Amino acid sequence: MSRLRPREEYEKTFAFRFFRWLSGGKDPYVGEVEMRAQKETVIPEETILERMRESEMIRDKVYDEEQNKAARIFHRIYVAAAILFCIILVSVLLVTVSCLPPTGSADNPDNNIVSERYIESGLQETGALNIVSGMILTYRAFDTFGETNVLFIATCCVMILLMVDDAVLKKQAVMNDRRFEPKNDAILQGTAFVLCPIIFIFGIYIILNGHLSPGGGFSGGAIMGAGLILYVASFGFKRTQRFFDEHVYKIAKITALCMYGLIGTYFYMTGANGIENHIPLGIPGHILSSGIILPINVCVGLEVACTMYAFYALFRRGGL
Amino acid sequence: MTVFQYILMGFLIVCTISVSFSKNLLNSILIYMSYSLVMSILWVCLESPDLAITEAAVGAGVTSVLFFATLKKIQAIRIEHDQKANSGGQQTAGQTEEAVRHE
Repeated sequence: MSRLRPREEYEKTFAFRFFRWLSGGKDPYVGEVEMRAQKETVIPEETILERMRESEMIRDKVYDEEQNKAARIFHRIYVAAAILFCIILVSVLLVTVSCLPPTGSADNPDNNIVSERYIESGLQETGALNIVSGMILTYRAFDTFGETNVLFIATCCVMILLMVDDAVLKKQAVMNDRRFEPKNDAILQGTAFVLCPIIFIFGIYIILNGHLSPGGGFSGGAIMGAGLILYVASFGFKRTQRFFDEHVYKIAKITALCMYGLIGTYFYMTGANGIENHIPLGIPGHILSSGIILPINVCVGLEVACTMYAFYALFRRGGL
Repeated sequence: MTVFQYILMGFLIVCTISVSFSKNLLNSILIYMSYSLVMSILWVCLESPDLAITEAAVGAGVTSVLFFATLKKIQAIRIEHDQKANSGGQQTAGQTEEAVRHE
């Protein structure tokens, strides 16, 4: 049986302090550390003028080619060395290309056991008609998981660097660079009205048919991201936020990555320990076939589409 | 088919050289976009449609749009009605003030 503790007693417990720390309710430095506002550094005007004069003097002396002989010689050597370096680089690369074995010959080093295995037993083991998709999402699914993580971390870094608070965003709306664009551009909006649905459907088609036809998660996701960017560029952020705001973005991105992690972990664990996994391969050629490839394609597609759109939105506006 | 591929490859070389020698940044990006498109056609010729789709979406689409956004941020692209209002040649600070007054 539990009873409600009085407030004063509860505030002394560890749980209260832990949850206060978790929710950030109390600043740990207030009252503990002496804090003072930083003084604004004031540089007197004379110092600035003097520095400018000095740098101008140095520039005049260094870049005055008629007086300064060393600069003239250096400039000539610099240009000659740049040209020489380019020529050497181009010739080295061309020689390397000419030494490569011809494409498609039987003795090439890429004709080894690995590619033989992929081509001969890829269809039975993965169930995917598209051999590239089957290879990168089952045999090399761990690599692809790393790549998806790289995308996630890249967007996180861009968000840390460029994300702006909502309150600041509203203040900055006056200086927003969308202000200097023609709003409601009829040609752009008409084109986007026709093209956006087609682009989205094409992207979804490529993602869902990743195991049957060329394409897959990355290509389809990139196409969907490009469609989102077109929509934002023509109709503005307010209309996009009706269906794709920060909340949807976070849910889609994190769910996709976690789903990939879960499915992938199950697949690696069963594969590495020699246990039979219970994901049916289905009949090759059907849309619901080839085991884990279809759900992983959907996850990668969502991740890539969110990444593309987030890059554009963060560069453009500082928020989603 | 090979003649067609050689023509496209020659176009690629012309594109790469003209990207680095073009003075206008906007022109460079447009040439880069056309480079990516021709590259995606070449991928189709080399029988790798996977790469062609990705190249067309990422190379010609998203990357160039990000470049455009960057040029906008560093104010390398000017817009027409500002130039008309200022009759050209004034500083960017003047342009922003002018545009805000227009709104």
